[in-house]
Amino acid sequence: MDQLMADLKRQIIEALNLKHLKPEDIGDDQPLFVEGLGLDSIDALELIVLLQQHYNIKMANPQDGPQIFKSVKTIADYIKTNQTA
Amino acid sequence: MKGRVYVAGTGVISAIGNSIPETFTSFKNHTSGVGKVTLFDTVYKDTLPVGEVKASNADLAAKLSTNPNLTRTALLGISAAREAVAASGVDIQKWRTGLISATTVGGMDKTENFFIEFLKDSTRGQLRNVVHHECGSATELIADDLGVNGFISTINTACSSSVNAIALGSRLIRHNILDVVIAGGADALSKFTLNGFNSLMILDRNPCRPFDSSRNGLNLGEGAGFVVLVSERVKDEQKLNPSCIVGGYANTNDAFHQTASSPEGRGSFGAMTKALAMANLSPEKIDYINLHGTGTLNNDLSEGTAVKRLYGDRYPPLSSTKAFTGHTLGASGGIEAVFSIMAIEQQCVFPNLRFETPIPEIDIRPQLSFESNIKVSHVMSNSFGFGGNCSSIIFSAT
Amino acid sequence: MPVYIKGMGNISPQKTWGDDPLLANPSDYSGSKLSCIEPDYGQFLDVKQLRRMSRIIKMGVAAGTMALRHAGVTTPDGIITGTSFGCLEDTGVFLTKLIENNENALNPTPFIQSTHNTIGSQIALLLQCQGYNQTYSQRAFSFEHALLDAILELKENTDQHILVGGVDEITSYSHSLQKRFGIFRDSSSSLNLLKSGGDGTINGEGAVYITLSGEKRKDDTVSIESVLTIYNSPGNDIKEKVRDFINEASLNTSAIDLVLLGKSGEKEGDADLERIASDLFPTASLGAFKHLCGEYPTASAFALWLGARIIHEGKTPAIVLDRESGRSMNNVLIVNSYFEKYHSLILLRAC
Repeated sequence: MDQLMADLKRQIIEALNLKHLKPEDIGDDQPLFVEGLGLDSIDALELIVLLQQHYNIKMANPQDGPQIFKSVKTIADYIKTNQTA
Repeated sequence: MKGRVYVAGTGVISAIGNSIPETFTSFKNHTSGVGKVTLFDTVYKDTLPVGEVKASNADLAAKLSTNPNLTRTALLGISAAREAVAASGVDIQKWRTGLISATTVGGMDKTENFFIEFLKDSTRGQLRNVVHHECGSATELIADDLGVNGFISTINTACSSSVNAIALGSRLIRHNILDVVIAGGADALSKFTLNGFNSLMILDRNPCRPFDSSRNGLNLGEGAGFVVLVSERVKDEQKLNPSCIVGGYANTNDAFHQTASSPEGRGSFGAMTKALAMANLSPEKIDYINLHGTGTLNNDLSEGTAVKRLYGDRYPPLSSTKAFTGHTLGASGGIEAVFSIMAIEQQCVFPNLRFETPIPEIDIRPQLSFESNIKVSHVMSNSFGFGGNCSSIIFSAT
Repeated sequence: MPVYIKGMGNISPQKTWGDDPLLANPSDYSGSKLSCIEPDYGQFLDVKQLRRMSRIIKMGVAAGTMALRHAGVTTPDGIITGTSFGCLEDTGVFLTKLIENNENALNPTPFIQSTHNTIGSQIALLLQCQGYNQTYSQRAFSFEHALLDAILELKENTDQHILVGGVDEITSYSHSLQKRFGIFRDSSSSLNLLKSGGDGTINGEGAVYITLSGEKRKDDTVSIESVLTIYNSPGNDIKEKVRDFINEASLNTSAIDLVLLGKSGEKEGDADLERIASDLFPTASLGAFKHLCGEYPTASAFALWLGARIIHEGKTPAIVLDRESGRSMNNVLIVNSYFEKYHSLILLRAC
């Protein structure tokens, strides 16, 4: 789980071009949207692509985004639950 | 800036008809043009409905007696522009005539195929397939076809493009720079835009339901719509009998987000109010609003909120015709301007297909059926695009 | 009606931003393309805003910000942009991924950033400018029409500030593609392109924005008198149109002090321009600009910036001049040509 979250942080920084951040700057439970990192709806779409590219998970409904992408921890939980082998 | 600007002729091609009469018949019969992709290859052939013009490039070129290797955007544009000029009765060679078109796709329908070869090896791919890639090239092709050699221009402000083209045409006439302007827009379907909008997850996998509470996105469409604008002097000298004038227009920027509209619809509200102010009309004078109404969760709520801010519960008959045609992107302003003028000429309003339940937050109930024998003197058409570009235009009966 | 230049910003293959004296150390390039000398964009945008922006958008936003800062304007009343190729880098990225991934798992960001109006819209978003916003894309008229639109806007309401720009970029895809049309040549020295003989131009790029107003202030030094675009006109007609253009500004051709010609290194087109200059302006200074910025659809924006700087400073850098007349720089005419199908004229005046 820790490794997954560490990987996720790296992947998020790369996918969203957050060049000013290092993985250790992102807290496991830190809010990603609105406050915290201040990501927006386009970033949410990019995270959906990230899930597909790195974890083979297809999220059909963008409306589920806000719940799943709350923090790195919630994303990691979602991956663990939904990743196909 | 002075003088009235008259609409002397219109031309259109879209999923619901290759001409004005065919289009009007589709409206009367509630016949939507949304269906499966048939004219190009895509993995989404069977899953994403689109509003295709029911004619291949070869069909269009044959009908127009023109080069079948032109881009689809140019072919669609030529079709609609020719119809508009023919309908206008104007001798465009006699006057200071301009062409102002609008497009977002340009020649991308050909470029995206060229790129497949070009990516493998930069010496591959046929150059004739990219020579008309630029937006301005489509306009050159339309101008060359019509024989317009004076002022030509192209506007690209995403989905508000062709309303801006018509507004610019009006301004150039009122500033006495031109006498006649053929203005509008053209956009073809392409894999690029289909995938682009799909990556934004705003495409409905079913035929779209604008302004409905269960709406789930837009369907892309294609087509072209042009109007022929003339000055008072041209109207008098050529003894024309135009049905309407350009009453007012406005261009604002929502400045909220690159792709989403502000919740309070400030850009749309600004565009509608400014257009009304320019037309010197109070909101109640509008007899029909052709909504931008794409069917996305965001646009319809934002635009609807703006309409409610302007009208409260006393809004005029309104509808989105995108349930018929799909969202024709850069051409939508031009196509829907033609529909707005048609509403005045035919004294009718168009239905908002597939509407069942109003959006709870705004409770707007669009026109459900085609209705004629209504007094339609003033029509407002909205076109809002990515980048916050919001434009509204009003046509008024003469 | 003249409009007044309040501020300018220019990012080009020359060092045209910052405090450097005008073209003090012109940059010379070999090969078939020039590349912009770019500032540190951190001066104009914070990191969070920069992350999504491609190069062309950063260039446009930075040039726009320079023009507004120079004018002392925070939020303009309108933003009008001309760009012929639009946002090529992002277009290429999205198209490449589309093909390579077979339409699967595509990132939305490059698609959103690929539309032509992104440059003008980003500036509006950053400044929270809800005013008039327009983007023109008519090849080598893109900037001229943006300028014409601004002039009309200011005629309708003089007490406004409008930001007007011309922006185009080169990408590796676009350059290799354009080369295949045989329009470029390899040059050992771009600065000598127009004097070296041979046939063919070099690729260029740039972002220029200017802040305009219809109201004159005491410290304004340059006005734009008029602009004209001439499409697909035979050579002889161009000369007459140039003459008419000047006369309509209530001037004689003899009043023109400097003519900046859009010579590009393309032999025939350059000869036509030189003929116009020698026939109509025998006593004016003559200069050129495409050996400094390269050939691209919105190169006339660079020319406007150059002409305005020349009027403001009262002297023309040697690198610009083909012929020095010794006249003071009050009336500058730009005569541009783009592969002979597009001609445009811009008249600048000291005020």
